[in-house]
Amino acid sequence: MKSSLALRTWAILWKDLLIELRTKQSFSAMVFFAALVLFLFGFAIGPDSATLARLGGGLLWIAIAFTGMLSLGRTFQSEEVAGGLDGLRMYPGEIRAIYLGKLLTNFSMLVVLEIVLVPVAVVLLQLEPWGRFPLFVGITLLGTFGFSVIGTFYASLTQHLRARELMLPLLLFPALVPVFLGAVNGTTLALAGDPLDRIGGWIRLLISFDIIFFVVCIWIFPLVLEE
Amino acid sequence: MTINDLPRPNPGRAKLLGAATLLLFAAGSAAGLFLVPADALQGEVQRLLYVHVPAAWLAMLSFFVVFVMSVLYLIQRDPKWDLLAVSAAEIGIVFTALALVLGSLWGKPTWGVWWTWDPRLTTTAIMLMIYVGYLVVRSFADDPEKRARWSAIIGIVGFVDVPIVYLSVLWWRTLHQPPSSPRSMAGEFVYVLLLNVAAFTLLYIFLMVRRYRLAIAERHVEELRLTRDDGRIT
Repeated sequence: MKSSLALRTWAILWKDLLIELRTKQSFSAMVFFAALVLFLFGFAIGPDSATLARLGGGLLWIAIAFTGMLSLGRTFQSEEVAGGLDGLRMYPGEIRAIYLGKLLTNFSMLVVLEIVLVPVAVVLLQLEPWGRFPLFVGITLLGTFGFSVIGTFYASLTQHLRARELMLPLLLFPALVPVFLGAVNGTTLALAGDPLDRIGGWIRLLISFDIIFFVVCIWIFPLVLEE
Repeated sequence: MTINDLPRPNPGRAKLLGAATLLLFAAGSAAGLFLVPADALQGEVQRLLYVHVPAAWLAMLSFFVVFVMSVLYLIQRDPKWDLLAVSAAEIGIVFTALALVLGSLWGKPTWGVWWTWDPRLTTTAIMLMIYVGYLVVRSFADDPEKRARWSAIIGIVGFVDVPIVYLSVLWWRTLHQPPSSPRSMAGEFVYVLLLNVAAFTLLYIFLMVRRYRLAIAERHVEELRLTRDDGRIT
C-alpha cells in the first residue's frame, strides 16, 4: 500500500511535469510575470538601491507569492479537460496521492521558478545572498514548501467554485501569514546578517507550520474530493 | 435527512431569551456607563473596555463554535451542524469587526493611532479575513452538500491557523518592541466587565437561535427552488 501511494504520487508528478516540459508556456510566462513584479517594485520604491536591498527579502517573497498563486490556480484546471480529475479519482488506491502529486508538482515548479528568479532579484535589488547562502536556500525551500502545502490544498477546494480566481487568494493569503512572516524575516536575516541570532526562531516557525499543515491537509484531503 | 426534519427552536422561548438578554444588556451598560468611575489615567474612553472585551470574547467563542460544528458536520453529515456553523460564523464576523472598530476608537485617544501592528489586533484582522473567506466560499458554491463540506473544511483549517498566526505575529512584533502588557484591574471593574460578558454571551445565544431559524428557512427556500428548476429542465 505504501509503495502504491508513492507510485501514484510519482505518476501524477511525472505526468504534470511532462505536460509542463512539453508545452513550456505557463512556466516562461510565470518567470516573466515574477520578474515584472520585481520591476514594478523598483518603480514603486524608487531607484535608491540601499532601500531596495533592505526590503529585498519581502519583495522577493511577494513576487514568489503572487506568481505562485497564479500557477496554483492552474494545478487543477489542467485536469478539467475530458474529466481528468474523475479519471484520477477512479483509479484504485489511495486518493491522497492526488494531493501529494499535485503538491510536489507545485513545489518543484516554484523551486525552478526561484532558481531563475533569485539571480534576477540579486541583480535588480542588489541583494547579497552569498555570505550565508545555505541558510538562504534552506529558508526559501521551507517557505516554498509551506506555500505549496496550503496552496495546493486550497486550489483543490476552490476548483469547482464560481469565481475561483478570486476565491483562491482570498482563502490562501490570510492562511499564509505565518509562512510569509517566517520566510520574509528569515530571508531578510539571511541576506542582511543576523547579529542577534534570531533566525533560528523563524526556521522553527516555518518547520512547525510545514509539518502541522502537511498533516492536516493530507488528512482532510479525501473529504475535499468526495463526490 | 431532509430539511423538514431539522429541529427548530421554539419561538416562544426565543422571545423569553430575547427579553432576558435585553434586561442584562441594560444592566451591563448602565453599570459600565454610570456605576463604575472612569479610569484615572484614560478617563471616560476606558469605558469602551466593557463592550470591546465582550465583543472580542464573542468573536473567539463564535469561531470555536464554527470549528466544533464543522467537525460534527464532517463526522455525521447532518445539515443541522452546517447551518449552526454558518450562523456562528456570521455572528463571529460581526463581533470581530465590532471588536476591531471599538479597539481602533479606543486606540486613537490612548495610543495616538487608529491602528498598530499589535499581535492581538493583527491576528484579529487576519481572523476576520479567514472567516470572510469562509462565507464567500459558501456564496459561490451552488450544491448544498458540497457547500457544507467545503466550508466545514475551511472552518477547521482556519481554526488551526489562527493560533499559529498569533504566535508568528507575536514573534514578529516582540523583535521590534515589547508587547502592551495587560493592566491589573480593581475588583469593581472586573465585576462590571463580567456582567457585560454575560450579557453579550446571552445575546450570542439569542442571535444563534434566531440566525439558525433563518438558516433553516433559507435552506427550505433553496430546496424548493432547486426542485422547481429540476422540474422545468427535465
